[in-house]
Amino acid sequence: MLQTTFRTGLRSSRNIGAFAATAFAASSAFAQDVAEAASPIAAPPVEAAAEVAAVANPGNNAFMMMATILVLLMILPGLALFYGGLTRSKNMLSTLTQVGGAASLAMLIWVMWGYSTAFGPEGNAFFSWGNLFLSGVTPDSTAATFSDEVISEYVFVSFQMTFAAITAALVVGATVERIKFSAVMLFTAIWLTIVYFPIAHMVWAEGGLLFDMGALDFAGGTVVHINAGVSALVLAMFLGKRKGYPTEPMPPHSLVMTMIGTGLLWVGWFGFNAGSELEADGTAGLAMINTFVATAAGALTWMLMERFAGHKGSALGFCSGVIAGLVAVTPAAGNSGPFGAIVLGILASVVAYFAVAKLKAKLGYDDALDVFGIHGVAGIVGAIGTGIVYQPGLGGPGDGSVAMGEQVVIQIIAVAVAIAWAAIGTAIVAVIVKALTGLRVSEDVEREGLDIGEHGERAYN
Amino acid sequence: MKFIIAIIKPFKLDEVREALAAIGVAGMTVTEVKGFGRQKGQTEIYRGAEYTTNMLPKVKLEIAVAEGLAAQAVETIQQTAGTQSIGDGKIFVLDIASAMRIRTGETGDTAL
Repeated sequence: MLQTTFRTGLRSSRNIGAFAATAFAASSAFAQDVAEAASPIAAPPVEAAAEVAAVANPGNNAFMMMATILVLLMILPGLALFYGGLTRSKNMLSTLTQVGGAASLAMLIWVMWGYSTAFGPEGNAFFSWGNLFLSGVTPDSTAATFSDEVISEYVFVSFQMTFAAITAALVVGATVERIKFSAVMLFTAIWLTIVYFPIAHMVWAEGGLLFDMGALDFAGGTVVHINAGVSALVLAMFLGKRKGYPTEPMPPHSLVMTMIGTGLLWVGWFGFNAGSELEADGTAGLAMINTFVATAAGALTWMLMERFAGHKGSALGFCSGVIAGLVAVTPAAGNSGPFGAIVLGILASVVAYFAVAKLKAKLGYDDALDVFGIHGVAGIVGAIGTGIVYQPGLGGPGDGSVAMGEQVVIQIIAVAVAIAWAAIGTAIVAVIVKALTGLRVSEDVEREGLDIGEHGERAYN
Repeated sequence: MKFIIAIIKPFKLDEVREALAAIGVAGMTVTEVKGFGRQKGQTEIYRGAEYTTNMLPKVKLEIAVAEGLAAQAVETIQQTAGTQSIGDGKIFVLDIASAMRIRTGETGDTAL
């Protein structure tokens, strides 16, 4: 069980305060020891770690800074262009601005109370506290990784910050072309606080409900994709359908931009997945190769599904398959062998295809850019599938100490908790935001486009 | 004088223009237009959702020619713009009451 939780997700920096205090006391008294501990050969085991401050390995730090910047690349310009290309040209800038605005606000909230709520030094199974406004974080403080290595805490804070930012921005995709900008901003602030931070804590922080249960979520399948997908669906239902949906054609205005955004997302996703190992080691390499092959499998599978449905293999099909594959491999990135990842990519693409092409039309909700259909659905497939492909018999990195059935049950429970938390939480936020902002733009603004109506500018002149 | 209006497939424009220049047609006006005839339109599918496009992109040529050149011009357009498939377009021929070159004030055939 210990081994299972070992690769479960990002370990919290729970003991940072105590660590730092010890370090200051130790630095003068045991200056000699500190110097020895810093050299890689000395690498003293457990008892020494209590006496001296662990120093971040520059290699790992550099890797994590790169990974962090790659996740920013996923948001702007990646996700912004991906979403922007899928909307109609009259709503292009509004879509870009909503992605950028939500992400920026998330970054500020993260340093104010987000990091504290998700990874604070004190806490229970649902959230934490104790280091508001990054109090106690210094250039010398460190965050634990999965081995006896550490990385600089500022780097860990930044890395996790990009996760909060992209998740908030992902939700926007279901509600574009009709939601007020003020509603997006208010939603982001409250939603992060009561939905995202607690789920991140539950899954990734030591002592968190799902972390302690042994749920596997390497890079955010549950925290990011299921959470964003379900929240997006709930918010879209509160908002209602776009005028004219589904009778009026609303084809994407630039699939070229969607393709550019897709490429940037794929590139950035390496920061997301490989970076979640927190060290530039072999598991990061495993996450990297999985991020290649699962995505490739997802992309081609979606195009094949289109052929089977009697259509042509399309560019948007390719892009959709890329995202489905990426989402599916996220929880499994370091928890699966490459062939397990390929199977997940294929499976997620098939299921997401049906969700988008069949289920959405049947149920009649207006998830504008298919956030639930792709992120939510492929995320659920990936999260549950991770419990299967983790097993060593299937090429996964697990040690077999937890049986496959048991692990799958744990995964299903984690998925169910995330769905319930996201759905109920988002409904609460939606009611508040509706009362304060009205949620939806006027009919005239919607008809003329949100670019002019909400921002006073045009994407194309 | 005759006025020829031809609706053709956009990718045939250069071929038609060159063939008309070769038989002595001095000028033309080209407009990008949308419309439909028997071809009706086409279906586009985005993530499984079908959209039927009723209007297809075409190019409209407007050409004024002297009486004697009209029949040859129409035949040239018909031969160069055709692909033998649906949606190749149409040619209309009208009479012109008068014509004038603005710069010089010339009228009739010399104005073309």
